[in-house]
Amino acid sequence: MGKTTAEKIFASHLVDEPFSGTKVLRLDVVMCHEITTPIAIADLMARGKDRVFDPTKIKAVIDHVTPSKDSKTATQAKMLRDWARRHAIKDFFDVGHNGVCHALFPEKGYIRPGYTVIMGDSHTCTHGAFGAFAAGVGTTDLEVGILKGVCAFREPKSIRINLNGTLPKGVYAKDVILYVIGQLGVNGATDRVMEFRGPVVDAMTMESRMTLCNMAIEAGGTSGICMPDMVTVEYLWPFIENEYPSKEAALAEFSTWRSDDDAVYERVLDFDVSVLEPIVTFGYKPDQVKPISEIAGSPVDQVYLGSCTNGRLEDLRIAARILKGKKIAPSVRGILSPATPKIYKDAMAEGLIDIFMEAGFCVTNPTCGACLGMSNGVLAEGEVCASTTNRNFMGRMGKGGMVHLMSPATSAATAIEGVIADPRKYL
Amino acid sequence: MKQFGGPVLFLDRADINTDEIIPAKYLTEITKEDLKPYILEDLKLPGFDPKGEKTRSARVIVSRANFGCGSSREHAPWVFEVNGITAVIAESFARIFRQNMFNCGMAAIELPKEKIDLLFSFDNCPDTAIGIDVEKQTLTISGGGRKEIITFDVSPFDRALVLAGGWVDYADQKY
Repeated sequence: MGKTTAEKIFASHLVDEPFSGTKVLRLDVVMCHEITTPIAIADLMARGKDRVFDPTKIKAVIDHVTPSKDSKTATQAKMLRDWARRHAIKDFFDVGHNGVCHALFPEKGYIRPGYTVIMGDSHTCTHGAFGAFAAGVGTTDLEVGILKGVCAFREPKSIRINLNGTLPKGVYAKDVILYVIGQLGVNGATDRVMEFRGPVVDAMTMESRMTLCNMAIEAGGTSGICMPDMVTVEYLWPFIENEYPSKEAALAEFSTWRSDDDAVYERVLDFDVSVLEPIVTFGYKPDQVKPISEIAGSPVDQVYLGSCTNGRLEDLRIAARILKGKKIAPSVRGILSPATPKIYKDAMAEGLIDIFMEAGFCVTNPTCGACLGMSNGVLAEGEVCASTTNRNFMGRMGKGGMVHLMSPATSAATAIEGVIADPRKYL
Repeated sequence: MKQFGGPVLFLDRADINTDEIIPAKYLTEITKEDLKPYILEDLKLPGFDPKGEKTRSARVIVSRANFGCGSSREHAPWVFEVNGITAVIAESFARIFRQNMFNCGMAAIELPKEKIDLLFSFDNCPDTAIGIDVEKQTLTISGGGRKEIITFDVSPFDRALVLAGGWVDYADQKY
């Protein structure tokens, strides 16, 4: 009987099975940010265990609130900064070099097929796009990861999600994942790995695959996962060219992590994306979705383009193509947060930032920003935001605020019209 | 080992998320105790008052499906812990929240819908309280002159974490 990618990773990283159904895995990468890590650091210090299992396997970034906005966030940043220095964690990213963790770390080439990855952040599932098992954890799991390089998981069951057909004009990875979450429900994949397969995924860039995997958690999934292929090799090639004699050799090794043809899945779901319209959420849960034709015209006060879901160069290009030569409606505020400094620089070099600024967008530094209402871009009571982020919980972007999740294209069209708008007429 | 049981706070809704349990703006606090006043601050439910006596006196929460979905923030279990709530009973949990509870030596107990409905039948009964024995995997609910005993399953690993007082001590001894 064949194995899924997740089962192969579990088998190769197994340290212990203390009880039936519980697997303790060796970790390849432990990622840290300044919101959930300082308490882990403080607790380790209080326990007299201020150690790290391997400083080369720990990656840290200040991204949720940066530059610090007040004394408390400055203290959080300082705790992470001092800890990284104390333990010689080389891969630490501070102001001027920092960006949204799930965009920055892949960009640095830290994730490989077959890796185990944890972070004290629920959207860590993003990194499954590389054929890794990547899971969000709380601070205690993070603490044990930092200290011992292990984490415990239940045996993974996988749901295979076949994405068939061809993406229509104006429909992107974000629309696909919103649709899939709408079908599964917000707890439809709890304790499951969501394996994204099919010709649509094969044709996707790594950026689009990250968008798919990023929102696996919104269906309750432990991780999203895509099969490593030549697209994965090409993305990682600058980081691995000294490790492999050729791209084909890298592909041959990466392919060992692909699910076997006779792997067993708990469920197999088939979706034909050819019939999809752009998708937008309407309520306070990510599974409350509507096609654009049913929600176009709803008013918004703010448009936010950014986050670990859709703040990548590909996303900025899509939005800029729609915004070029146009102005956003006077009734809306447009905010763009490129997800990393590299994305920001590349977008400038391509003239994208000019297009956004000419259209009337405010461009912020790379940060999680408005996504979770912790720093800039917070909504006032009763305000509505059209957002490329991943969560629309009540008050998420500010007490009393409401968020509609959508693709970068739909957010750009919405910015122009000042109400939720169909991007297809601009393409 | 933590003590479990006492007065109950009933939260009659599915998909209560961690943003509702502790809003992101308070994640700038770096001690658990500082979170205390903000418990369930953004949860909007008919008749529910996060500052009310029922919240203040509660030691156990009973809720519906997919409790604790959303963010990985362990601040959610912590804000319960510093308010004296060490057990949540629900039809199902989001994975990270459930693990965070056990990692802190607390209990996240799953029961099928009909047993959750039975627990909810005690809502608004005077002096409703739940006693929990994690080792024996039984809980007793009493109130308004009624009493029910319910068995539940907790995985052996999660039970070991409760007995060990949490995952850090368990892992540091073992790995």
